[in-house]
Amino acid sequence: MGQKYDVPYMRRTRDYYRAQGYEKDYEWACHDEAPFAPLPRPLRECRLGLITTAMPDSVEGREKRRVRACMTTPTPHSMHTDELSWHKTVTHTRDLGSFLPLNHLRNMARSGFFGSLSGRFYSVPTEYSKGNTRKKDAPAVLALCREDQLDVAMLVPL
Amino acid sequence: MSLVSRHLEENGIPTVIIGSALDIVEHCRVARYLHTDYPLGNPCGAPGDALSQIGIVQQALKLLEEAEGPETTRRSTLYWRDGDDWRDDYARVDDSNREELRLRGEQRRRRQLAAKAAGEQRAPMISEV
Repeated sequence: MGQKYDVPYMRRTRDYYRAQGYEKDYEWACHDEAPFAPLPRPLRECRLGLITTAMPDSVEGREKRRVRACMTTPTPHSMHTDELSWHKTVTHTRDLGSFLPLNHLRNMARSGFFGSLSGRFYSVPTEYSKGNTRKKDAPAVLALCREDQLDVAMLVPL
Repeated sequence: MSLVSRHLEENGIPTVIIGSALDIVEHCRVARYLHTDYPLGNPCGAPGDALSQIGIVQQALKLLEEAEGPETTRRSTLYWRDGDDWRDDYARVDDSNREELRLRGEQRRRRQLAAKAAGEQRAPMISEV
């Protein structure tokens, strides 16, 4: 039986790609401090949006990874996750509740845990280029959040 | 995703991340992070286990509401139901797969060159693990 420990993903990824012959290690984003926005109002009054790294399971979603907004209702049956580096030998992504909990959130909004769920959820691609994420994708997500008048966001990377 | 979270926070939108890669998220530094100690792919709970999923999402909402400052990390108390062997398994490199990985790297670089030649300007951060 294995031991419990926090998997060192940065080191594992570095060693994995060195074994594939890549000479330049990926440099993970690193900062000295984190920004912090306080809640603008009580959570029970907030509109919440869900952001995922999975793409829509459509021809377009499979072919082109980019920032997208999709309707939360009806809940999609599946999402395109093949390109992401989740642990494919031990689990699966066929149950959306395990990474895109739209149904749970909708029920929690009804129960008063927070105000309401946005009518759309948002897909954002993982990117080798931190510049693309910072300068293109993050501003695009912010614009969608503002368009949908979100108060708070829940982000779930796979 | 941590960079997106930071951008939203910088622009006044509070965020909470639910994830399973503690070192990567804490390296980047974010406002609020709920760590689920599961294999990558199911940060909101095990597939088919709605109760654990609801518990994790509720814990994230609580964190969103209660965090008083940046870099507030909490951990789910749940553990993967099939034991801990997955921890050693992820992106494993040893003598049994070294040659396979070397060949995979060569193939991948050929595909990357072809994609670049075709004008593709984006590449996945990491993939094929």
